[in-house]
Amino acid sequence: MTWVLDHLGLLAELTGTHVYLSLVPLVLGLVLAVPLGWLASRSRFARATLLSVSSLLYTIPSLALIVILPGILGTRIIDPLNVIIPLTIYTVALLVRSIADALSSVPANVVAAATAIGYRPLRRFLGVEFPLAVPVIVAGLRVAAVSNISLVSVGALIGISGYGALFTDGFPIGFMTEVVVGVLATLVLALVVDAALLLIGRLLTPWTRAGR
Amino acid sequence: MDFVSLLIGWLSDAAHWAGSDGVPVRVLEHLEYTVISLLIAVVIGFPLGALVGHTGRGGLLLVGAANGLRALPTLGVLTIVVLLAGIGVVPAIAGLVLLAVPPVMAGTYAGIRAVEPIIVDAARGVGMREWKVLASVEVPNAMPLIFGGVRSAALQVVATATVAAYVGLGGLGRYVFDGLAIRDYAQVASGALVVAVLAVVVDLVFIGLQRLVVSPGLAPAKSGKASA
Repeated sequence: MTWVLDHLGLLAELTGTHVYLSLVPLVLGLVLAVPLGWLASRSRFARATLLSVSSLLYTIPSLALIVILPGILGTRIIDPLNVIIPLTIYTVALLVRSIADALSSVPANVVAAATAIGYRPLRRFLGVEFPLAVPVIVAGLRVAAVSNISLVSVGALIGISGYGALFTDGFPIGFMTEVVVGVLATLVLALVVDAALLLIGRLLTPWTRAGR
Repeated sequence: MDFVSLLIGWLSDAAHWAGSDGVPVRVLEHLEYTVISLLIAVVIGFPLGALVGHTGRGGLLLVGAANGLRALPTLGVLTIVVLLAGIGVVPAIAGLVLLAVPPVMAGTYAGIRAVEPIIVDAARGVGMREWKVLASVEVPNAMPLIFGGVRSAALQVVATATVAAYVGLGGLGRYVFDGLAIRDYAQVASGALVVAVLAVVVDLVFIGLQRLVVSPGLAPAKSGKASA
């Protein structure tokens, strides 16, 4: 406990990095996954292709992806992009399936009604189909957020820190406190982000509670 | 030298394919850790998930625990286990088991809960005892989800076993960490590539096994539901 109080500055800094490294990929992943998920909900071929590619990418272990990227992209080994890109890939891989399924499950008569009252395709997508898919997307985002937050720590192995730095600092000198603090901090951050996403999801979909 | 020739250069060197730190030995080590951890995880997670799924008691606790464990940073868990129990294969495998149990348990539980109550009632109606209902009706019907859980546990273990080289385990992660230590990027990237290929192969093996294990009667019903 005294260790924590003595290192509040360090912990705040690591929290900032950890949040940055896990949430930037979440946002990037969402932005990329929405058009891809839309494509997958439109064509059987696109769906099959996108889902096989994303499940293949999801299979590749994080550490392997993190250390291979510098070779492919020409980034330096301690470039934060080496963590941000793999986590973005995992987020997209997780979200494409749920977005495609959510968009496919929007009832056809709802889409037809929107078309009938004059919505053009883009506006119909933004105003009707996408909002109806929000609950499923939020569920996918929560899984992706928790898994990103836990995976960021692996980056510490190549010197890109977040809470993972507490593991790579504590382990060589056998300092258990530091490692335990790192694990607890990761869990708390995951809980907070998860709760925040749940709340955002509720605020965005007031109609899901209107009938109750 | 560009990346591909870097990889080809390292992987085509015969010296990297022989001896106690050659690729075949490392692959076997990696598979050994994976199989052992997965078996132990199934022995622990499957009965727990099946029991909770069958009785319906403690489901919320189980799902909550499984979700909470997913947030655990693998590197932190391995570090703690090894700091507590000392460097060695057994503590590292204990860490891998800890991370593999939740998906197995959650998959088994979800699978058994998802079996149609009508089917379970019918099994009781024809006079099956409770354990027989579980073993002959619920588990076979839940097999796709149970297998899904084991499959994601397997991928988790293959990935985490790589990270576990940091706390002294052998296997393919050794190339990554030994290579990083001496700044031999060809070794790091080649090791990572072999791990990636191994993970994909393990996943394909599981897809194949799933076809063998899941009753053919379940397949059409499931795809019918998905397209509806």
